[in-house]
Amino acid sequence: MSDYLVDIKHEKLSFFTPVGEVKALNDVSIQMKEGEVLGIVGESGSGKSVTAYSLMGLTADNGKIVDGEVNFNGHRVDLMTEKEIRKIRGKEISIIFQDPMTSLNPVYTIGNQIEEAVRVHGDKTKEEARQRPRELLTLVGINEPDKRLKQYPHELSGGMRQRVMIAIALACEPKLLIADEPTTALDVTIQAQILELMNDLRRKLKMGIILITHDLGVVASMCDHIAVMYAGEIVEYGTTDDIFYEPKHEYTKGLLKSIPKFQEKEYSRLVPIEGTPVDLLNPPKGCGFAPRCDSCMKICLERKPEKMIINADGTFEDMPDETEYNGKHYSRCWLQKKEQFELQDNAKGES
Amino acid sequence: MAKYIIKRILFGVLTAFVVATLTFFIMNLVPGGPFLSEKAVTPQAQAAMEAKYGLDKPLFVQYLTYMGDILQGDMGMSLKKRGFTVNDIIRNKFPVSARLGGMAVLLSVLIGVPLGSIAAYNRGKVIDNIIIVFSTAGIAIPTFLSSTLMMYFLSVKLKLLPSLGLTTPASYIMPVLALSLYPASYISRLMRSSMLDVIGQDYMRTARAKGVSTFKSIFKHALRNAILPVVTYLGPLLAYLMTGSFIVEKIFTIPGLGHEFVSAIPSRDYPLIMGTTIFLACFIILMNVVVDIAYAFIDPRIKLK
Ligand SMILES: Nc1ncnc2c1ncn2[C@@H]1O[C@H](COP(=O)(O)OP(=O)(O)OP(=O)(O)O)[C@@H](O)[C@H]1O
Ligand code: SF4
Ligand SMILES: [Mg+2]
Repeated sequence: MSDYLVDIKHEKLSFFTPVGEVKALNDVSIQMKEGEVLGIVGESGSGKSVTAYSLMGLTADNGKIVDGEVNFNGHRVDLMTEKEIRKIRGKEISIIFQDPMTSLNPVYTIGNQIEEAVRVHGDKTKEEARQRPRELLTLVGINEPDKRLKQYPHELSGGMRQRVMIAIALACEPKLLIADEPTTALDVTIQAQILELMNDLRRKLKMGIILITHDLGVVASMCDHIAVMYAGEIVEYGTTDDIFYEPKHEYTKGLLKSIPKFQEKEYSRLVPIEGTPVDLLNPPKGCGFAPRCDSCMKICLERKPEKMIINADGTFEDMPDETEYNGKHYSRCWLQKKEQFELQDNAKGES
Repeated sequence: MAKYIIKRILFGVLTAFVVATLTFFIMNLVPGGPFLSEKAVTPQAQAAMEAKYGLDKPLFVQYLTYMGDILQGDMGMSLKKRGFTVNDIIRNKFPVSARLGGMAVLLSVLIGVPLGSIAAYNRGKVIDNIIIVFSTAGIAIPTFLSSTLMMYFLSVKLKLLPSLGLTTPASYIMPVLALSLYPASYISRLMRSSMLDVIGQDYMRTARAKGVSTFKSIFKHALRNAILPVVTYLGPLLAYLMTGSFIVEKIFTIPGLGHEFVSAIPSRDYPLIMGTTIFLACFIILMNVVVDIAYAFIDPRIKLK
């Protein structure tokens, strides 16, 4: 068993569609300790949601994990049956979705839907289960909880509904909360409030969070580590500082450059980098970013770059095959290999 | 909620008034009359009869008299069935049709809703295709054909069921099946498409993410949302089936209101035609009000409007 709360090893996941096999995840590995906040960034279609959903067995019916392991809190999620997974969903791992307007059932009251989440795992006494929805609403900063419990989703604003979604997610005090673009559908001022709330709750409840977003401003303010995804792979991983101040992968650099400077007061959204994303039906054999990369070399088109650990002193190291990397900064780009050779040559020259 | 219901009822009353008025004037526009027949009637006799039934007065006066009577619940005497009031006829015939129709609606819902849901949950699989084929056939086969075929095989050939009248419980089977075939098929198609829509909704994913079982997510979260289009269809369906189908009542010789209504037309039995039309209209309006109210109970968003 793994010491990590989340330990995804070399996950490959494909969707089988009428037009062919969509290779949505291609060798994704993620480790997270308890209480850690991991940000996943990347453009649309890079596999952020697919990664997160597979962690709680919410992959669409036509999708299948074809290789690798998905460990969560001591469970081999990829081997569990739907019935087994159901016991941990909402209890050990929860999720909030992008659109709070449609994520709540329109025909049931808020109270009903929160209470369902409290009761579904059946380990609360009747009295606890009755009190809990009120407590939860207070916890997520909703005033007049008694009134709100009796209201229907359409009677609440977007920000309020997202708070309700968070309350539902927290009902059983999960060890990991997945937030899939939790603020994208909200107004800018509300976005900031929701983020503040999540930051707050994370400190109070000491749970792990996976924060999926397009918005680099959001990850900067909240995350311990950031994984940058591109075409179903994690192309760079490191602490928030590593990613923001020492980006190594060409795609990450592009992402950072595409943030407009902070003249506007609001958080800036990612401006897409030029070029089209990879066709996941026929992934290229080399680096997926090659057609859009200014530094593309010959080898980039022919072989997939391997992961290189970037040491604090600026030297590079091959990443060992097992995924144990203890939160080290790594990148998947041939440029690092090239630099490594250059460094070695220089060292030889000097000696 | 109370406001919504009152509004619906007032609107229903207004609609009924409009229908009564329209029926009255349209009836008077149609050429011909109850006392015109091939047999020669002397002008005196004609005038005497018209005077007896008030047909000699100006149209507007007739209209006022008629509306006044209706408001008091009096729809007059049948012209052809001597000695019977229109009220008597409706009182005798409507329960027969209503019982048959009510059973058919119940059966249609009990068949259509589960079949549609099963098809949706097994989209693209064999069971889905089987249900689609059957429901398409059910919609395409006309009632007279299914009735006749049933009658031929079940009564005439196999002698399993009585073919005429409504004398035993078993004699309900064929008419009810004949009446349900189309609506059950239609409901299953409605249900399939609305269920498919609901299954793809974000709140279903939320339910799953909470750890709710598939069974509960279908019965609690999906069904209540998916049934709404079916409920809308139930208003006209109840009205249509409970007021009696002429074809089914004719084929199975059932003494119902549908049969009565249609035979009143060629015989120019004005009071009976108008009486039944107004009764049917009121019943349809009532059913729609009931359905609207049920709808508001199922979907809380309706109250806003
Ligand atoms: N059910 C499915 N069938 C086929 N392909 C799918 C399915 N679900 C996802 N994919 C594909 O998998 C890839 C990754 O999708 P994913 O939803 O993880 O993207 P994302 O990074 O979350 O993007 P976004 O920012 O738009 O949410 C996409 O190319 C998508 O088309
Ligand atoms: S591996 Fe090559 S193509 Fe890919 S990002 Fe690095 S330099 Fe660019
Ligand atoms: Mg997504």
